[in-house]
Amino acid sequence: MTKNNSDNNYESQQGEPMNTASSSLADVSKQRASQKQPGSAPMGTGLEARGVHAWFGSHLALEDVSLDFAAGTVTALIGPSGCGKSTFIRTINRMHEFIPTAAMAGEVLLDGKDVYAPGTDVTKIRLQIGMVFQKPNPFPSMTIGENVLSGLKLAQLKVDNKEELLEECLVRAGLWNEVKDRLGAHAGGLSGGQQQRLCIARSLAVQPKVLLMDEPCSALDPGSTLRIEETISELSKSMTIIIVTHNMQQAARVSDYTAFFLSEGGPGRMIEVGPTTEIFTRPRDIKTENYVSGRFG
Amino acid sequence: MTLLENKSAATPAPREITTKPRVSDKIFRGVVTSFGMSALVILTLIGAFLAYRGYQTFHSQGWSFLTSYSWDKTTDENGNTVSSFGVGAMLIGTVLISIVAIVIGVPLSIAMALFLTFYAPARLKTLLVSIVDLMAAFPSVLFGLWGFFVLMPMANYWAKLIYKYLSWIPIFNAPQPFFERSPFIAGLVLAIMIIPIVTSVSREVFAQTPLDRIQAAYALGATKWGMIKAVVFPFGSSGVVGGAMLGLGRAFGETVAVYTVLNIVFAPNWHILFGSGGNIASLIILKWGEASGDETTALLAAGFILFVMTLLVNMFANFIVRQTLKSGK
Amino acid sequence: MTITQVKPQRPWKATNREIGTTVGVLVASALISYLLVLLTGLKGKIGFIAGFILISTILQVAVGVRKFGRKALGDNVALSLIYVGASLVFLPVFSILYMAIKQGIGGLHASLFTETMFNASFLDPIDKGGLLHALVGTLYLISIAMIISVPMGILTALYLTEIKGPAAGFIQFIVQAMSGVPSVVAGLFIFTSVILITPVKTSGFTGALALAVLMIPTVTRTSQEVLLLVPHDLREAGLALGATQWKTVATIVVPAARNGLITATILGIARIAGETAPLIFTIGGADKLNLNPFKDYQSALPFYVWKGLTLGTPESLQRAWTGILILLTLVLSLFIAARSLGGKKMSK
Repeated sequence: MTKNNSDNNYESQQGEPMNTASSSLADVSKQRASQKQPGSAPMGTGLEARGVHAWFGSHLALEDVSLDFAAGTVTALIGPSGCGKSTFIRTINRMHEFIPTAAMAGEVLLDGKDVYAPGTDVTKIRLQIGMVFQKPNPFPSMTIGENVLSGLKLAQLKVDNKEELLEECLVRAGLWNEVKDRLGAHAGGLSGGQQQRLCIARSLAVQPKVLLMDEPCSALDPGSTLRIEETISELSKSMTIIIVTHNMQQAARVSDYTAFFLSEGGPGRMIEVGPTTEIFTRPRDIKTENYVSGRFG
Repeated sequence: MTLLENKSAATPAPREITTKPRVSDKIFRGVVTSFGMSALVILTLIGAFLAYRGYQTFHSQGWSFLTSYSWDKTTDENGNTVSSFGVGAMLIGTVLISIVAIVIGVPLSIAMALFLTFYAPARLKTLLVSIVDLMAAFPSVLFGLWGFFVLMPMANYWAKLIYKYLSWIPIFNAPQPFFERSPFIAGLVLAIMIIPIVTSVSREVFAQTPLDRIQAAYALGATKWGMIKAVVFPFGSSGVVGGAMLGLGRAFGETVAVYTVLNIVFAPNWHILFGSGGNIASLIILKWGEASGDETTALLAAGFILFVMTLLVNMFANFIVRQTLKSGK
Repeated sequence: MTITQVKPQRPWKATNREIGTTVGVLVASALISYLLVLLTGLKGKIGFIAGFILISTILQVAVGVRKFGRKALGDNVALSLIYVGASLVFLPVFSILYMAIKQGIGGLHASLFTETMFNASFLDPIDKGGLLHALVGTLYLISIAMIISVPMGILTALYLTEIKGPAAGFIQFIVQAMSGVPSVVAGLFIFTSVILITPVKTSGFTGALALAVLMIPTVTRTSQEVLLLVPHDLREAGLALGATQWKTVATIVVPAARNGLITATILGIARIAGETAPLIFTIGGADKLNLNPFKDYQSALPFYVWKGLTLGTPESLQRAWTGILILLTLVLSLFIAARSLGGKKMSK
């Protein structure tokens, strides 16, 4: 498990001397790199964003983002507030278009096929690209069990063994032991962290290839955050995960790759992307370096 | 140590905060409060006056006022007038017509509310909402006129059709094939009249569906209708029920439109296609012109009953709607 | 930095092909329904509409399922039915407007507005006599009802929003209950409480009283909504300056809500201008001009229409249609005035 005991490590690393904060981050991500085990075959061939732009009306919010997410990896998107990270992931699962004045350009390729291609069934895309939101949003009118399986009901998917799937999803989300005796209870009675894990289980039930997580832990306490980060590590063995986070330590703990977004008064752009260890120890761009070393943000 | 001891002493009780208001404020508060009570006063007065006046009738007719089907004054051989007033037939009619109105009007209103909230193009939405609200401003006598000249011939045709194929169901049967001015047509007109209010309440409830739940449903790959079933309906169902009850209250009290398109007969009629019926409100205006003495009192008693009916339905409806909007389930 | 040459697109919007398919479905449904009406026993406009609904739903569902599979069945059926439901609601609105204009416009003539029915009978053709007395009556009714209801309504709303006494929740409930009082009951109430017992007899004034009973809840509710929209900071600013509550409300809150309060008034007037039932018990319905609203029978537009309608002859019905056209114009103008004043607030 990712134990962070490098907070007190002031020794400098190889390469350019960096200040304390980022060297401890670097340690963490180095630890993770060494602990990642090859999991079962990842689903799909990954996701690629090519030249993605996003508008709200005439206001360009996101400019020319191209990212290639390899299957089975965890990519963290970091950067200060308002630089388009959430907008970006919403263009991936086509949630951006719900805003009445929204517009976009570019392509998002899932297994090589553009999700915006004319004639695409958008609901099928969202089955393959799941999303977990910042604020946990289980359906209050359903029980815990019904919540987990709600995705199947909505998509009218037939499954042979519902109970098995239910248990599997809750186990993978790290919630099974806490709720196995009360699957018939209403979802509203769970704590924030439990609700968020329930939402993760819910997304898993439809077996997505990609899971988008929009600051999933920002509304939770540190204990729940840790549990969810453990879950992310496990999940990444069977799907591609993209997580937006404000918390750099979290990015270092869970991700294989990190992309840094920044908006300098204009549209948000992706400044730099690379393996997490490198972003935090040897970033190529001075702006990245300033951000990860805490000089702003 | 002294510090610690002080710390463990109990926190002081909060001080009572008082103010001595200025005279102008006292007057202001007094005036506004008394006017604020005016609604309560008026409502109570309405009930009181009608009950007082109608008391005579209740006294002489007893409970049969509610159940009897006859409404006449006869002179017996001694020259005494014997009156027998009963609103039973009219009560049945009120309920029947209102049910038809609800059965037709509420689904249409829900469809309209869903359309306006989730399907209408953004640019047209304001205009379309205005058109629906406009319906609420139409005078009821206009509905009567239109119902008589435009709707009745069409509804007549459909009544004949329903009678032809469905008369084995008792409610669609009729003692004679006389379909002009039936409760069916009155219910149709009423349905159109209650649509604005039911739509308005439903729309308000639908629009307040929490966005995060809507997004959760879409993110799981739901279609628009799937999302509505999973999120909007559970959230707003009780609000819609409240709206439907408000429509029911309105239907109970509708006078002029019903009077125009319904053939008012003092006999209970459960066959909605058959041209005979009535509701309490139209009874009152039908008989008012020529009524005198105890007949007038009987009409006032009928008015009291109508008042109580609509009051109860409305209070219950408003209670339900407020609960939905407040709890934000 | 880089010149953006990329154009914003909306790939999720209906493509021309999709729009074309939908139009095709509608046209095909219309044609098929038309054929059905011609060839089978289905008759008339309603037959056509019913057929159209059925066929278009089937076609729409077929198209949707072919494109997206069985899963899309429910969504497409719902889509079709919802559009159908909405259209069915809009149809009567336009039909009513159309009828009112078509039937009423034939009776319009200048002397309509200058003469009364004193020298003419409802059975005479429309060009004899006019509805001046009814117009004047309606004017009186509206004015007096306004004078009574607006202060009472706004003060009640002020109680609910500014003072918020312990009974406020209860009073709110009562106001809502009061808005459900049927118009017949309002008329009966004034009859029993005023006409029967007090020296004030059937007149324009008593009619106005009955209308006020109906108008007060409307004014109260709308005023309350409007007053609640006034930002709380304004009130706090006034109180922080040391003003009394009464001064704050009178000089800051009410002027800030002024437009909305006018809207509330207009909506209240629109509500009662077309009411017929309460007038039957309270104004008597005269045929001549009565300039004294406190004495003697009075007429009003809805009453005029009602009289024409109940008499049932072609001439009297013509009067009814023309009268309703004028009444409708009045109500619609009020409604539009209220909307344009209310502005954003009204279109939720």
